[in-house]
Amino acid sequence: MDDKILRLKEEIEKELSGASDLSSLDQLRVSYLGKKGSITALLKGMKELAADQKKAFGADVNKLKEFAMTKIEARTEELKKKQIELEIAAMPQFDISSPASKDMGSYHPITLVQRQCETIFRTMGFTVEDYPEVVTDYECFEAVNIPKHHPARDMQDTYYLENGQLLKSQTSAAQNAILRKYGPALKENGVPIKAIFPGRCFRNEATDACHENTFFQMEGMMVDKNISISNLIYFMKTMLSEVFRKDIKVRLRPGFFPFVEPGFELDISCLICGGEGCPSCKHSGWLELCPCGMIHPNVLREGGIDPEEYTGFAFGLGLTRLAMMKYGIKDIRDLNSGSLKALSQFTDDE
Amino acid sequence: MFLSMNWICDFVDLEGLDKVDLIHRFSLSTAEVENEIFFKGSDISGIVVAEIKSVEAHPESKKLHLLKVDAGDGELTDVVCGAPNVRVGMKTAFARLGARIGDITIAPRKLAGYTSNGMCCGEAEIGLSDDNSGIMEITDDIPCGTDIKTVYDIEDIIFEVDNKSLTNRPDLWGHYGIAREFAALAGRPLKSLETDDLTVYDGLPPVDLKVEDHFCKRYSSIKVENISRTVSPVNIRIRLYYCGMRAINFLADLTNYLMLEMGQPMHAFDARMVEKIRVKRFAEPFKFTTLDGIERNIDENTLMICNGDTPVAIAGIMGGLDSEIREDTTTLALESANFDAACIRKSTVRLSHRTDASMRYEKSLDPEMTVPAIGRFLFLLRKYDSGVKVVSSLTDEYVEKFAPVTLSFDQAFVDRYTGIDIDGETIVNTLNGLGFKAVRNGDDFTVDVPSWRVTKDVTMKADIIEEITRIYGYDNFEVNTALSPLYPIRAEAVKTDEEKIKDLLVKRFSLHEVHSYVWAYNDEQKALGIPVEENIRLANATNPNIETLRNSMIPTQLCQVKSNIGYSNQFGIFEIGRVVNGVDENNLCIENKMLGITLYSKGILIKDSYFRLRDILAAIAADVKHSELEFVKAEPEKSYIHPVNFNRVLLDGVDIGYIGMAHPTVSKNIDKKGNVVFAEIDVNKLSSVAARAIEYSEPSKYPSMEYDLSLDIPQGVMFSDLRASWRDAGTELLRNVSVIDTYDTDEIHRITVRFEFGSNERTLSSNEVQEIVDRITENLAKTGVTIKAQ
Repeated sequence: MDDKILRLKEEIEKELSGASDLSSLDQLRVSYLGKKGSITALLKGMKELAADQKKAFGADVNKLKEFAMTKIEARTEELKKKQIELEIAAMPQFDISSPASKDMGSYHPITLVQRQCETIFRTMGFTVEDYPEVVTDYECFEAVNIPKHHPARDMQDTYYLENGQLLKSQTSAAQNAILRKYGPALKENGVPIKAIFPGRCFRNEATDACHENTFFQMEGMMVDKNISISNLIYFMKTMLSEVFRKDIKVRLRPGFFPFVEPGFELDISCLICGGEGCPSCKHSGWLELCPCGMIHPNVLREGGIDPEEYTGFAFGLGLTRLAMMKYGIKDIRDLNSGSLKALSQFTDDE
Repeated sequence: MFLSMNWICDFVDLEGLDKVDLIHRFSLSTAEVENEIFFKGSDISGIVVAEIKSVEAHPESKKLHLLKVDAGDGELTDVVCGAPNVRVGMKTAFARLGARIGDITIAPRKLAGYTSNGMCCGEAEIGLSDDNSGIMEITDDIPCGTDIKTVYDIEDIIFEVDNKSLTNRPDLWGHYGIAREFAALAGRPLKSLETDDLTVYDGLPPVDLKVEDHFCKRYSSIKVENISRTVSPVNIRIRLYYCGMRAINFLADLTNYLMLEMGQPMHAFDARMVEKIRVKRFAEPFKFTTLDGIERNIDENTLMICNGDTPVAIAGIMGGLDSEIREDTTTLALESANFDAACIRKSTVRLSHRTDASMRYEKSLDPEMTVPAIGRFLFLLRKYDSGVKVVSSLTDEYVEKFAPVTLSFDQAFVDRYTGIDIDGETIVNTLNGLGFKAVRNGDDFTVDVPSWRVTKDVTMKADIIEEITRIYGYDNFEVNTALSPLYPIRAEAVKTDEEKIKDLLVKRFSLHEVHSYVWAYNDEQKALGIPVEENIRLANATNPNIETLRNSMIPTQLCQVKSNIGYSNQFGIFEIGRVVNGVDENNLCIENKMLGITLYSKGILIKDSYFRLRDILAAIAADVKHSELEFVKAEPEKSYIHPVNFNRVLLDGVDIGYIGMAHPTVSKNIDKKGNVVFAEIDVNKLSSVAARAIEYSEPSKYPSMEYDLSLDIPQGVMFSDLRASWRDAGTELLRNVSVIDTYDTDEIHRITVRFEFGSNERTLSSNEVQEIVDRITENLAKTGVTIKAQ
């Protein structure tokens, strides 16, 4: 073999092992294999050789070329690998245990509880209604069987406005409008009225940890041809079991509310002790949760529905109370305080 | 109201039944019973009647006496006693050795050197009254050694019914009505009340009595002479005490006893003070002293009982001081009356004075009750004071009767209401057990409602359902779902939009949902320099800080931001709440549902806050409506809004609200170093704009071309003014325009806009793109901007 080839081969081997990065390696590749490279130069110099030498020399140069290419490739892989290793070594280990940034928004707890209730009733085919906060005396009282001078008016300290309207003291104020809205479909097409209406209610009373002048209720009603007390118990039990996500025992006691007859107080088995008796339920095993009953014939009639043909049930669930029970909120005033220290904790709850 | 099981058992035999269980059933079927049930007398035993045979003063103590008492043991017992009222021959309650009073067991005990082998007891010690002035004096003729529990009704079960749950049941304000419920629950008969026959006095002269006002529904009276008893029998006193009343004197106690038994309030006048009973109101207000010694203001709406023209009692509420029963009273004028419930209720409110009597009258008592109550009163009076003499006929002015009520219904009605099977016989038996007169004819029922239920709560057939079902027991109901047909339901657009907005603001923009009050926060707003604007007011607010309804969410939110300073350097709150903007032509409030968003920040430029809020609003439009907002510069109408950067917000041409920033005065009051921006959106207006459908466009297979232009925008020109420049460039190849950079100095406002061109059919040539760009730059130049190609 020609000396020049041998020397070049030695040089290539030496230079390649000396190359410490990919760019110097690339320079070497150009210096050997490029247009002006030394191996290319050997091939170009072949034309000066004798014909008998040409063949052997050419074969040797090609071998050298192949040798150089293989070596460069191998060296490239080596350096790439080394570079990755360096990169890995350079990566510091982060302290992921440091406090995470908590830039989370929050829902009002009433929104969370209200959504849960709405979802349950929607899945049972109830519409969700909206209603104003300022209503007339007719809507809030007369239409739901609380005529003027009725003692039930004394039971509720209502905020009256200068123009004779009032801030609704109960979500029942929406009953008449709901009956009128869906009554035609009931009478003409037999579509049962199934509606809930969450809303803010107002009572003119002094506030403390347990009393608020502004709070949320959720009214529900169902009217059809054969709605019974048995159905009422079923829906209340089902709904409350869903809300609390466990099988809830309910019991009804007679209760007097002008817009229902018969009217009931609905108790649920105590959530804390399960009915054994504890301080939360005053050792009775039961918690009084919501008034309900069969819609009073006068209320149906006032809503344009014949009580001889249709019956229905209605209930009023204290959403504020439910939220307080669910989240263990002790001071009702926290809810309207706007205090983010309190409210920002309610990120989501589904 | 406290109830005595012994008293109930006067009227219904509950022998052999678990009484506590019955009380629980009463709670589920009739009215709410408080949890704690009192087993009276169960904590005392071994207390007997004993006679004091001798009394000797203790040689060393002024208070103590050395007694020998006969406790029926055959020999006398030595007792040391500290009570002041000991005397020879007196009978008292004596706790023998081994007797139990509460936790104490009586044992021989040395008192100042002498051994006491038992204890003489006061009434308070054994729980018969609150009298602890001395030892009990037993005047009844009872042999010594008799266990007092066998002669007096000391053992009793007392339970309390929540008065509120009796609001609708005037018949349950006495033990007899309660006993009727227990009888129905137990399926046992109710005994009739023992009363005197009043017709025997028909020949006597009547009481001079005239009802001159329709608020008195009925007034019955009778006069009795020769009353000698002054102290009530022990059993009567025990019952009154157990039921929460104090014994006063025999006549007063007996009227109270009647009230607790029948629910009929009665008043005993000293007959010397009322010769001409008149029931009326007075045109002029005056002062009147009631028997509790308090002077009260009487107005023209308060019904009075008078002796001629002299008021002697506030009707249905309380008697007067001058006509009450005294030590020397021997002649009694008895009042058993019925008054208008609303009249009494309003009078008690005006007088701020609620009594056991007025509490009952407020519930619409049965006027049929007044005369039997007199019959019952006389029966008891003669039983305990046999020498009394009735000196008038029963005098009864029955002004207004309740119409009798008869209800008819059929089995199908009951089935439909209950949803379960309750057979006809059960229905009839239940109703008759409660004092109704029910008759069944096949599937048809006719029911006469008793007088004590027609005054208020049973007037229509739905009321009958309650009677049947509550006694049947709600716990016994089979529970069934409704068999109503199913129809799809549609959520209200407003409701859907609201929920989407809440999710977006919380989840994407990390805002906090708050709630607030619907009225202006007077004090807090004043502190921030935000005036409370004229608006409709509350007519009966008791708190001066809450009198005017708010017309915007923003002042409320600024107050809430103020109270949250320190929570974080940056936070945002929002609420979907109500505001009222005056009244409409029918004098009805114009109520709007508004979304208020307020952002507070410290340490970032107000411009960045403002643009962040702009992006939030834009995201709402994009997410909820698939649409874009327009912002139109406007003049704020509110003094708390900064006059410069205020824009109306338009969605598809509809003005849905505004975006602005706090006026520097207000902002400084909130926080000198922070800045506050806000927006208020009318949710109903937002919802009224239909959401755009998603218009799908196929992604192009050909590469798009981008072209960037830097625009130096002069003062007064808004980006929205530039849009026409490319909109009117007459090309469909412009796919997107975006701002990729902004550069601002005091002199220069420069933005770099990237135009993206593309086609679904082909790759564009640079020449055709250049042509479009030229048209755009030409248009842009007309707006006054300087263009620098990139």
